[in-house]
Amino acid sequence: MPIDLTILIGGAAGQGVHSITTPLAKSLVRAGAWVTVVQDYQSRIRGGHIFNVLRVSDAPLAGPREGVDILVALNQETVALHLPELSPTGLLIYDADQVKEVPAGVSALGLSLEELLPGTAAGEIAVNAGASGAVLGLLEVPVSGLAQMLAESFAAKGEEVAGWNRQAATRGWELAQTFPHSVSLAGVTPPTRPRLLMSGHEALAVGALMAGLTFISGYPMTPWTSLFNAVAQRSLAHGVVLEQAEDEIAAINMAIGASYAGARAMTGTSGGGFCLMTEAVGLATMTETPLVVVVAQRPGPSTGLPTRTSQGDLQFVLWAGQDDGPRAVLAPGSPAQGYTVALKAFDLAERYQIPVFILTDQYFADSQHTCRVEDFPERRVPFALDLEPAQGVYERYAVTESGISPRRLPGFGPELVVADSDEHTPDGHLTEDLQVRVAMHDKRLRKLTALAREMRGLTTAGDPAAPVVLLCWGSSLGPVSEAVSRLQAGKVTVRMVHLSELWPFPREAVMKAVDGFKKLVVVEQNASGQLQRLLRQETGLTATKAVRRYDGRPFTPEYILRGLAGVV
Amino acid sequence: MLPLELYAGIESAWCPGCGNFPMLKAFKQALAELEIRPQDLVVVSAIGQSSKFPHYLKCNTFNGIHGRALPVATGIRLANPHLKVVVTVGDGDQYGEGGNHLLAAFRRNPDLTLVVHNNQIYALTKGQASPTSDQGTKDLLHPQGVPYPPLHPLALAVAQDCSWVGRSFAGMPQHLTEMYKKALTHKGLAFLEVLQPCVSFNKVNTYEWYRQRVYEVETRPDYAPQDELWAYRVAKEWGERIPIGVIYLNPRPTLEESFPQLEEGPLAGRLPERPLPELLAEFS
Repeated sequence: MPIDLTILIGGAAGQGVHSITTPLAKSLVRAGAWVTVVQDYQSRIRGGHIFNVLRVSDAPLAGPREGVDILVALNQETVALHLPELSPTGLLIYDADQVKEVPAGVSALGLSLEELLPGTAAGEIAVNAGASGAVLGLLEVPVSGLAQMLAESFAAKGEEVAGWNRQAATRGWELAQTFPHSVSLAGVTPPTRPRLLMSGHEALAVGALMAGLTFISGYPMTPWTSLFNAVAQRSLAHGVVLEQAEDEIAAINMAIGASYAGARAMTGTSGGGFCLMTEAVGLATMTETPLVVVVAQRPGPSTGLPTRTSQGDLQFVLWAGQDDGPRAVLAPGSPAQGYTVALKAFDLAERYQIPVFILTDQYFADSQHTCRVEDFPERRVPFALDLEPAQGVYERYAVTESGISPRRLPGFGPELVVADSDEHTPDGHLTEDLQVRVAMHDKRLRKLTALAREMRGLTTAGDPAAPVVLLCWGSSLGPVSEAVSRLQAGKVTVRMVHLSELWPFPREAVMKAVDGFKKLVVVEQNASGQLQRLLRQETGLTATKAVRRYDGRPFTPEYILRGLAGVV
Repeated sequence: MLPLELYAGIESAWCPGCGNFPMLKAFKQALAELEIRPQDLVVVSAIGQSSKFPHYLKCNTFNGIHGRALPVATGIRLANPHLKVVVTVGDGDQYGEGGNHLLAAFRRNPDLTLVVHNNQIYALTKGQASPTSDQGTKDLLHPQGVPYPPLHPLALAVAQDCSWVGRSFAGMPQHLTEMYKKALTHKGLAFLEVLQPCVSFNKVNTYEWYRQRVYEVETRPDYAPQDELWAYRVAKEWGERIPIGVIYLNPRPTLEESFPQLEEGPLAGRLPERPLPELLAEFS
């Protein structure tokens, strides 16, 4: 059996919960463990309480799970709130200066400042470093990597503070050595190729940069902001012009202008921000301007639950805008898919001159996963421009069999690039000639024919001949695949079909993947079954059962397995 | 000077006598005199009669959606600062639908020319009041007259540090050509409002109405376009006397200059080779 531990670190905002999570998680990854980190997961608390959950294993992980094995409590509230989740063999590590009541019968290790750094003026923040050192001590992972990382991340606060953190971590590690513990990661070895700890939005940002992104405009809104930030942090070093727009309407129109002029452009938003963008989605479609739009979902309607997760905008994004037009909708399920989906999105937008949407969500955006470098293949996305001198009058919207017209950039030759939101003639001027209208509308829609053939993006798991099929999309990939592997391990045959490319709907690939099913269960994070409706519309298939979650928390394997009661 | 025929566009659908005609003519004249080639120019418009302007010219064109010309134009400028970018929109479009973008453009100071055709009416939708309609203007939606005073876009521009603010009148072709030339050669956001009579739907603010009121602001003995408070008072003037000419000059760094990323040339057509191992290294 692989090692499988969850560690919950909780405290009040400002106690440094986040500042110790990343060094701890990274040092575990560097040591060779597989780690996922979910921020503020399962929160049911108002006020200042925050927590991170690390899941640690010696084998690859699909995502988080329920339950807590090591509870790190930086305050009394954390003990009260999370002790019920602690497993019977679980351990409590607590800040002895803050936590005054430790329930009887719980195996507990208290750390005080006096014990960690006797005779210094270090603040209580050093106790956190001690606690993370203690976690490594319990897992029998060397503390040197963590100590070094803490020293680096606190270097800005001065040599003394950095030193305190390094010493506290080391002392915490030593104290934990003497504490009885049963699980050891001493057997894991550092990987030959370093692994990565990254969030979905960070991976997507790297994918966008590799795709040649040079322009991004946006307006802050959770959870989209973490992607905007991830690009912003790299924009100067990699030559990306970034503009914070006055609103989402400006953000998308700016990106369209930049793309028209020849920059590789993207924008993004969440929930209500995308409501504001929808008119310009039509503009990108009509002017045939390449554009990548990230929609990071959160529960609605309206403001909804701003910091929670959801898959409730699928139908909205599929149809947002006036009348019919070609578009592609993609939804990555993991950081590695976030990277490859970003590359594909820019490629499709460029070659088909259409808006391409990437649907993410708060869980995908912010949870961190251990990834293999091999899953990030080196790829480029060339321009698809007409660079030869035009024969006769250049027509930006020349009617072609594929529906794709030769695209040029303004200012790159004598050919004039005329783009119009009105229905227009092949040379781009507004028209009310209704025959031209029909020809143009047909031309745009013809792009869907070839585009549909490019839609693959199916991930399968489990037994490909199993009678029970779990169909899911986007960020549900991890929890559903773990539910499937747990069922398979229990000799229940089941298969998973996951879609990361939703529109044009990959009908043939889906029909093939579900072939021979007896029970079809659609697993998704919305109340009405938005993928289920799309499936019915595009294939005629009716689902047997649905597992849905829309309370704002991400799926867990346990939640899905409970939902499958009576089916498997 | 370049030949005027260079700028000949498709046949116009404006009403005979429309104030847009002298504007089109003067604009072509200014382009020809400044030797701005059609291929180096992008005219961005949105929705309204004035937004048909670029179609009746010959140039690169982006005719977008209502109120959103400025963000599109800003995106174009950031992608390719070699392009001369001009926005041609109406009062309803820019002052109503696109008001937020106007405020943001004043702050950003992109190096482009914003020309607002102000006819104090919505002409495309057949005669509703616009943000610049005078108080009391009667239309189908306001049978008792518009109950509140008009917007003062030029005063707003001065208050928000716009780097160049001017006004002209479609009934004075030479003045108009000169103002276009000044706006087109200004570095930074040049905001030119043109009083443009609508002969079909605005029977009050006619050529004659404007002719009786406009005066050239440079003739004022106290002319001081670099003085913000002077400019504000003049920009606010409306009614019996309407100032035309260069009202405010406030040279300051442009948006484009704030991006070191643009120092190595335009983004347009640029495909940077990024080092994947380096991008991934910070996550290990």
